[in-house]
Amino acid sequence: MYILKLLLRNAFRHKLRTALTILSITIAILSFGLLRTFITAWYAGAEASSANRLVARNAVSLIFPLPLSYKDKIRQVDGVKNVSWGQFFGGIYKDEKNFFANYAYDAKSAIEVYPEFILPPDQKEAFIRDRKACFAGRKLAEKYHWHIGDMITLKGTAFPGNWEFVLRGIYHGRDESTDEAIFIFHWDYLNETLKKTFPRRANQVGHYVVEVTDPNRAAEVAQAIDKIFKNSLAETLTETEKAFFLSFLSMAGAIIMAIQLVSFVVIIIIIAVTANTMAMTARERIGEYAIFKTLGYRGWRIAGMIIGESLLITMIGCLIGIGLTPPTAKAFGKAVGSYFPTFRVEIETIYMDIGASILVGLCAAIIPTWRAAKIRIADGLRRIG
Amino acid sequence: MESKTPIVEIEHVNKSYHRGTHIIPVLVDITLDITEGEFLALMGPSGSGKTTLLNMIAALDQVDNGIIRVGGIDITGLTESELAAWRSVNVGFIFQFYNLIPVLTAFENVELPLLLTGLSRRERREHVELALQVVTLASRMDHYPAQLSGGEQQRVAIARAIVTDPTILVADEPTGDLDRVAAEEILELMDRLNRESHKTIIMVTHDPRAAKKARTIRYLDKGILNNVHPQAAP
Repeated sequence: MYILKLLLRNAFRHKLRTALTILSITIAILSFGLLRTFITAWYAGAEASSANRLVARNAVSLIFPLPLSYKDKIRQVDGVKNVSWGQFFGGIYKDEKNFFANYAYDAKSAIEVYPEFILPPDQKEAFIRDRKACFAGRKLAEKYHWHIGDMITLKGTAFPGNWEFVLRGIYHGRDESTDEAIFIFHWDYLNETLKKTFPRRANQVGHYVVEVTDPNRAAEVAQAIDKIFKNSLAETLTETEKAFFLSFLSMAGAIIMAIQLVSFVVIIIIIAVTANTMAMTARERIGEYAIFKTLGYRGWRIAGMIIGESLLITMIGCLIGIGLTPPTAKAFGKAVGSYFPTFRVEIETIYMDIGASILVGLCAAIIPTWRAAKIRIADGLRRIG
Repeated sequence: MESKTPIVEIEHVNKSYHRGTHIIPVLVDITLDITEGEFLALMGPSGSGKTTLLNMIAALDQVDNGIIRVGGIDITGLTESELAAWRSVNVGFIFQFYNLIPVLTAFENVELPLLLTGLSRRERREHVELALQVVTLASRMDHYPAQLSGGEQQRVAIARAIVTDPTILVADEPTGDLDRVAAEEILELMDRLNRESHKTIIMVTHDPRAAKKARTIRYLDKGILNNVHPQAAP
């Protein structure tokens, strides 16, 4: 109790300096927490992927299509329960900044293989019946104030032209991690339009989504599918949905790496800021440490005072930073809701915040502790007066 | 005639400082016995080695060679850690600039040395209150050093020095930063501690009025100890 009192009083001896240091730590922890949350959110789709779904794509690259005819052969593979097919559309809604993922999928099978998209039965029916129909996630509909029956126009990028859809359904996610910002329309609508405008691109799909009967057989089924199309003009690469997402996300690997790097640079910066505060503190108090030594306090007790004060300052900043992270992440998540399925601060991020703060507190105290421990009493006392 | 035991025995102590290639002798072959209950004043010009000798007696500095025994213990053979433990029990310090911890109250400053003992909180409180009563500052125990005058701060420092009932009290220019009245009060207090509580006090001072309070005065000049003032020598 006495030591805690001493640490608190010492920590706030220079109120402005300590307040500014705490503010720096708070901002750094907040930034660190948000950057880590961004990285978690980036991989949330992959983490939320189903274990009983495989994705078959062109073995050369994601951008090359596969023939529609593969669907029947895939269906016949032992262990396959259902097959759907689709194409990343990449359409723009009004303005390029309004980004959201939009896909053309075979309507009936897509609803079957994606049970996590919960649509009311009447909306499901309406979507399947109407070839120009589309359905969208709750977040997307809320963001753009869409209602059932609204006409939505997307401007094609990979598929030029203005594409008109009628909103027939608004789904909500079965799980918290389900992405509620996806837009899906009929693959048939895309295909039939292509038959008229770009016949060479018709009857081709971007990827197949394969539902397996038993997740434990996923690897075996994937191998069997790839074996069928070996040495064909369009060989397949079949992998779990998670692996597919990760390979998709790896295209932005450099950005994620940069964000990870920045998050650690933030920690190094606060180590420097806190170390500077602690170094100034220790320099000013060398005489006091000498007095403590004179009274019989040993080096480890003085080290404890310096480390304790450093940890106290960093942990106050850390706790304020942790307290501010969830509301900031919520606000940030609202702003970028269509980019990420979830933007939630994970408990692991909080642990990393605490771990980083302890590391900062300890590292910042190393040099001041060493100086205080090294000072000879007679020299320390000479600095007073 | 009563023969008193020496509480401090200094035998052939030498100390020098190194400045680059130069060796500057600070203490030269010092031999001195200080008996229990003595009030000794060490006088001498600046740079004569008074504070260095005091620091060595209080185990704040190391000798180059020679022996210093306090209460029969050869402190020149102790490790840093042993010396810290030894100081906490055997030495009470009074400094020129009081050296109180500014963020602690008078009570808490006096309590500092007791935190190293196994005393309970209640026992510590009793000791601190008693020490503050001795220096007549019990009513100001909750004041911070900045709220006290120089003389009061020095009295708190004296309370901190005596609270563990140490073997010796060492004082380095205890009145050097005080006005005449406050200095007189501090000297009276030290005199009372010596006479009534039989505390052994070793005081370094420039001030002849302070030295007059001591029972014995020894002079240091250029690191050499004399019984008489060097200028008074024939």
